[in-house]
Amino acid sequence: MSNVQIMTGNSAAAIGAKLSAVQVVAAYPITPQSQLAEILSQYIEGGELKAEYVRVEGEHSALTVCISASTVGARVFTATSANGLLYMHEQLHWAAGSRLPIVMCCVNRGVGAPWTIFNDQQDSLAQRDTGWIQIYCRNNQEILDTVIQAYRIAEAVYAPVMVNYDGFVLSHTMMPVAVPDSETVRDFLPPYRPHTILSPDDPRNLNPVLFPWRRENSAGVLCDGYMEMRYKLQAALEKAPAVIQETNRLFAAAFGRDHGGLHWEYRTEDAELLLVGMGSLASEATAAADLLREEGIRAGVIGVRVFRPFPAGELRAACARARGIVIFEKGISYGYEGALCSELKAALYRAEHQAPIHNYIAGLGGRDVKARELADAARTSWQAMEKGNYDQPTSWLNCYTG
Amino acid sequence: MSVKRDDNISAMCTVAIGEGGKTGDWRSVRPVIDHGRCIPSVKKKAACFLCWLYCPEGVVKATIPVEIDFDYCKGCGICAEECPAKAITMAREVKEHE
Amino acid sequence: MPENLFKINAKEYILPGTRACQGCGLSLAYRYALKALRENTIVTLPASCLCVLHGIYPSTPVMIPCLNNSFASTAASASGLVAGLQAMNRTDITVMAIAGDGGTFDMGIQALSGAAERGTDFIYCCYDNEGYMNTGTQRSSATPLGALTTTTPIATKQQHKKDFIKIMEAHDIAYLATASPAYPIDLYDKFVKAKKIRGTRYLHLYIPCPPGWVFPPKDTVKMGRLAVETGVTPLFEIENGRFRFTGRSKSMAEKGNRLPVINYLEKQGRFRKMNIEQLQQMQRWVDGKWQEYQRRAQE
Repeated sequence: MSNVQIMTGNSAAAIGAKLSAVQVVAAYPITPQSQLAEILSQYIEGGELKAEYVRVEGEHSALTVCISASTVGARVFTATSANGLLYMHEQLHWAAGSRLPIVMCCVNRGVGAPWTIFNDQQDSLAQRDTGWIQIYCRNNQEILDTVIQAYRIAEAVYAPVMVNYDGFVLSHTMMPVAVPDSETVRDFLPPYRPHTILSPDDPRNLNPVLFPWRRENSAGVLCDGYMEMRYKLQAALEKAPAVIQETNRLFAAAFGRDHGGLHWEYRTEDAELLLVGMGSLASEATAAADLLREEGIRAGVIGVRVFRPFPAGELRAACARARGIVIFEKGISYGYEGALCSELKAALYRAEHQAPIHNYIAGLGGRDVKARELADAARTSWQAMEKGNYDQPTSWLNCYTG
Repeated sequence: MSVKRDDNISAMCTVAIGEGGKTGDWRSVRPVIDHGRCIPSVKKKAACFLCWLYCPEGVVKATIPVEIDFDYCKGCGICAEECPAKAITMAREVKEHE
Repeated sequence: MPENLFKINAKEYILPGTRACQGCGLSLAYRYALKALRENTIVTLPASCLCVLHGIYPSTPVMIPCLNNSFASTAASASGLVAGLQAMNRTDITVMAIAGDGGTFDMGIQALSGAAERGTDFIYCCYDNEGYMNTGTQRSSATPLGALTTTTPIATKQQHKKDFIKIMEAHDIAYLATASPAYPIDLYDKFVKAKKIRGTRYLHLYIPCPPGWVFPPKDTVKMGRLAVETGVTPLFEIENGRFRFTGRSKSMAEKGNRLPVINYLEKQGRFRKMNIEQLQQMQRWVDGKWQEYQRRAQE
């Protein structure tokens, strides 16, 4: 019995949150996320979703509300984009350090200055050091499904999860989406069991200053210094890939859809040239790979679904037989190169076989990226690589750099 | 002697006295009560207790006679300053090494 | 007077041995705030003197659950506690946000304005020691005119204290009151009252600070009294727009025996560079506010 509806990415995200029975929502409007916040308000005020909606006065407060509501045991949700995400940056660190299973949708949009309202992934990529798990969705079905999966992952790992999807490209585009029934979702998502809960029943002080060294408490237990507490976050994130893959497997079993866990592959079985990307850009690259195949280049696509924790081992294995790698990304670590590129190169460090890698910065500020442009760039790189021209400075796709 | 390991994954403190240590060490002067002037002691009933009221540390016990917890009294001198009977004087604290 | 003392909750919620300074006005005020609010309370606070008083991991001297949060976020943190507790059906628990003047007047103002405007059901307490004291006495918008701070070390503060009471009044909140640790029973009563009221309640505490204001720790209570007796920090309540003096300020309003501000200023080292013109401005400022409050008290 399928319940397929045509809907935007923002609608899909809102339904995902509703099905996950979130209890507190605090979201501040920002293009292109606004409709997500509006739809959730409709659900809550209309009684479809029993939750508290806190109409905060800014994004920093939005995430703060989620943090404190989570510490008293509520399942929470927020969403934002671009400068809104930047505004709450301090609290991203706070949420991760607090080990709270907050789920946030980031509707990817480029950052100011200068202003853009259109899509790129600079906003979320710039948050990669905060300790949040980051998942990039390639279509609206995946958005709905990933929001649900995110709660299961977050509440198992005790780390917050950012569900990213491209602004306007996905948030405002209508696609068919199968809506799961709430019973099955309820069975898939166990109730939130906080690791610590603030309550007068057992008064504690949560998240004060920690000294650099370990100290005994009054019961003689040697308690962590700051570094140990932070190490625990890293240790948990290192265990997260297994949780993510298990969640994907269980989701596929319950709902019949497999989104690939940490990464997905397209036509890579015999691929000599790999196109790598995230989100809708990677989707577009599959069309580019088809075009290249028609020309006789054995191209394939690796879609990085989970950017944090970075699936270094999986990608290393996936790249093992490639003779050339082209990375397209919607962001750049200014002063160096694309973050995905740097991280993939690092994953291939001392690999037995190292393919040459070219990096293309694409689609910043919503500049359209067409499959044939990706194919043209990949072909140019492939031809250069075949001639032994391995090193190429980072290129900006379809951008005037003269 | 094995020490139990902290299994908190976020920083949750437990309640304890002397969180900042034995703050009595901070004193350079200590309150000395003359129970011959102290109103509750003189009247032999609950009265005054302004020293208990105004102590920022809560180390004054409203008992007869009034008692001060010298493990934690910081020697601020508010009790002496506020005592209406002038029953408290601040005397120089003598440290062990002196 | 002793009878009043024995009516208040005898239980102590702060175990001795805290890291607060000798003679800390905040320690004294917080002691009575917690006695009034009792066990069924959760507090949230930012980086501040109070955060240090609440202890360094892994121990805390305070027997009330507490959530630390970042500097700008106190009122938003409280909003989240309120929403979370509502979702968990624990609306019996009182939520108190408590921040210094820095976390209220300056960086915390946006979140507080938002929470108050939404009519959030919580108590917001500002403990006003008139500077960023935890970080070493830098100037805040609550620092009075003519005060030396480490960021106004020569010229002294050039602006009057921001009138935060007016700002909170503009939010149409359920209850607004000022209090001082120099009058602990008045302070206690106000917290007891606030606990029972629904909606946004704002309590402003005037907190003398020995190291920041430069006076000996034994004079903390005396300084708090002088602040009230000179009219610099009047004690009052505003409920449904109705203004009412309380305690010592009430008797001063009736008897007209307000002391000149010099009695208060001359006892603190932070005012030692204040010039005659600033002193006169300060007296006029205090006079103006006092007269306005008196007019409102008579309505």
